[in-house]
Amino acid sequence: MGVGDCTQNHHDQIDMTSPSDPILVVNNIEVIYDHVILVLKGVSLSIDKGGIVALLGANGAGKTTTLKAISNLLHAERGEVTKGSILFEGAEVHDLSPNDLVRRGCIQVMEGRHCFAHLTVEENLLTGAFTRKDGPAAIRRDLDLVYGYFPRLKVRRTSQAGYVSGGEQQMTAIGRALMSRPKMILLDEPSMGLAPQLVEEIFEIVRRLNHDEGVSFLLAEQNTNIALNYATHGYILESGRIVLDGKASELKENEDVREFYLGVGGEGRRSFRSVKSYKRRKRWLA
Amino acid sequence: MDLLNGIFIAPFVQMADAPDFLVQVLWEGFVSGILYALIALGFVLIFKASGVFNFAQGIMVVFAALTLVGLYQKGVPVILALILTMAVMGILALAVERFIMRPLVNQPHVILLMATIGLTYFLVGLGEFVFGGEPKQMITTELGLPTGSTEIPFGAQGVVILQHIDIAAAVIAIAMVTALALFFNRTRIGRALRAVADDHQAALSVGISLHQIWAIVWFASGLVALATGIMWGARSDVSFALEIIALRALPVLILGGFTSVPGAIVGGLIVGIGEKIGEIYWGPLLGGGIESWLAYMIALVFLLFRPQGLFGERIIERV
Ligand SMILES: Nc1ncnc2c1ncn2[C@@H]1O[C@H](COP(=O)(O)OP(=O)(O)OP(=O)(O)O)[C@@H](O)[C@H]1O
Ligand SMILES: [Mg+2]
Repeated sequence: MGVGDCTQNHHDQIDMTSPSDPILVVNNIEVIYDHVILVLKGVSLSIDKGGIVALLGANGAGKTTTLKAISNLLHAERGEVTKGSILFEGAEVHDLSPNDLVRRGCIQVMEGRHCFAHLTVEENLLTGAFTRKDGPAAIRRDLDLVYGYFPRLKVRRTSQAGYVSGGEQQMTAIGRALMSRPKMILLDEPSMGLAPQLVEEIFEIVRRLNHDEGVSFLLAEQNTNIALNYATHGYILESGRIVLDGKASELKENEDVREFYLGVGGEGRRSFRSVKSYKRRKRWLA
Repeated sequence: MDLLNGIFIAPFVQMADAPDFLVQVLWEGFVSGILYALIALGFVLIFKASGVFNFAQGIMVVFAALTLVGLYQKGVPVILALILTMAVMGILALAVERFIMRPLVNQPHVILLMATIGLTYFLVGLGEFVFGGEPKQMITTELGLPTGSTEIPFGAQGVVILQHIDIAAAVIAIAMVTALALFFNRTRIGRALRAVADDHQAALSVGISLHQIWAIVWFASGLVALATGIMWGARSDVSFALEIIALRALPVLILGGFTSVPGAIVGGLIVGIGEKIGEIYWGPLLGGGIESWLAYMIALVFLLFRPQGLFGERIIERV
């Protein structure tokens, strides 16, 4: 319970009616896979309208599970939210299908991109408009909008998505989500397997989408450094619990974060914090 | 020596001697090949979109044909009977989606296979209960399908006889395949179907409703079954004995690959034509009856060289 105090603060914040207007609130959820494997042990977070929030943590921390709990993709993996609540724009999402959620404006871009390999890039983008009812002209306009953000996709529009580069697939996956006219995108490890320069490019586009289109983002990332550069807030997840959260700028200065997530050395500390850090490092290595 | 002659020389001499007869055999093989292809196509649609091996596909052919004829015999006008039969196939699709696919989707494949075996016996029982078990005549003329035949002179004094119903079968099959191809490639739902076939999870994540897609593929496959049932019924009777033609679809699928529409078509034609030729030219040598296993032989030989089938793609991992 070394960092329980942070989590506690956080709960208090959510229980109080917060002054800003959250688009998504996750309240102390617990997730169990296969009826027995407890993976999330009380995760809470909140995202303001128009915010970019980073969800950070190592392999297996539960980032993907959290995102799938929100988008309701857990059922397909025999996972279940057993406690707590998730509110998207104030409405409980528990009984909504992924289809309903996409209609309401909350869409996930899955880890590992998951493009439709045998469909062309353009067809991939069009599948993102599946839930829309506003007609081909509006969809066409948004297709041009996506090509505006990702000019490379326009060049590759007729290529089968299975054969374009990893970066282009990531762009296709994000573009496909954009085609649903989302208010919020749950973006799972966009940096995975991409060269640093390309990662930068993708995050720049995330920032522009946030700024120009008003899309809110929840970003799951292992790449703490870049995620905190672009996010307004961050949450750090360890073994299914939020252990730390705060403004991105504050997290970047936090000694524990610097030491364990940003790889910046913090030698010579002899306070009680270092004891906690030591404990955490042990967990980290285990 | 006689045997070698019988296998390697005599059949070819026979073919060269009577080219009109050879063309006749090829044509008839082609027509049954088309029907095999249609049955296989029904399988492929369902397998692609849901990873389910639909054991009931053959029975759906019989069930559709039986419903059509049965309704007509009960006094329903033919057009209405046709529309009602399509509606029945639609209801069947919705029921399968609701009571088989949806509850069992996360179960192992073998459980879904079992469920379709269960569906097979359910359809046999239902069909016999409502319309009786005795073989029926297909209402070919009532449906406006042509009967009779045309003789086309071929070569010096030969003729090839084309049954009009066979020509109609070929035309309908081609129209059907074209319509399906357009549907798959040009429409929003068709695109979603292909997306589901590629990646279930990703399809879910962009808001494609799997329930809707499954109901649609089962319905499409039911319509293909109806067309097959009408054309097959016109060539023999409508009875549950027709079910065995479904067994022919298996070698077609092995040949064509379980996920390939062109594979189903080419595979169907290879099996249909190969079987006819084998039966006519090599059959007597083996004492006849080779039609029942030749298809499997052809499929096995192909398998040795192309285990993934003619047009096989990677098989989809179901969620
Ligand atoms: N379908 C599943 N069934 C059982 N356990 C699962 C399943 N999916 C994930 N888990 C377990 O849940 C835990 C959290 O996994 P999750 O994928 O959410 O982590 P993550 O933070 O996204 O990790 P990564 O950075 O590697 O993507 C892991 O221990 C994992 O083994
Ligand atoms: Mg993950």
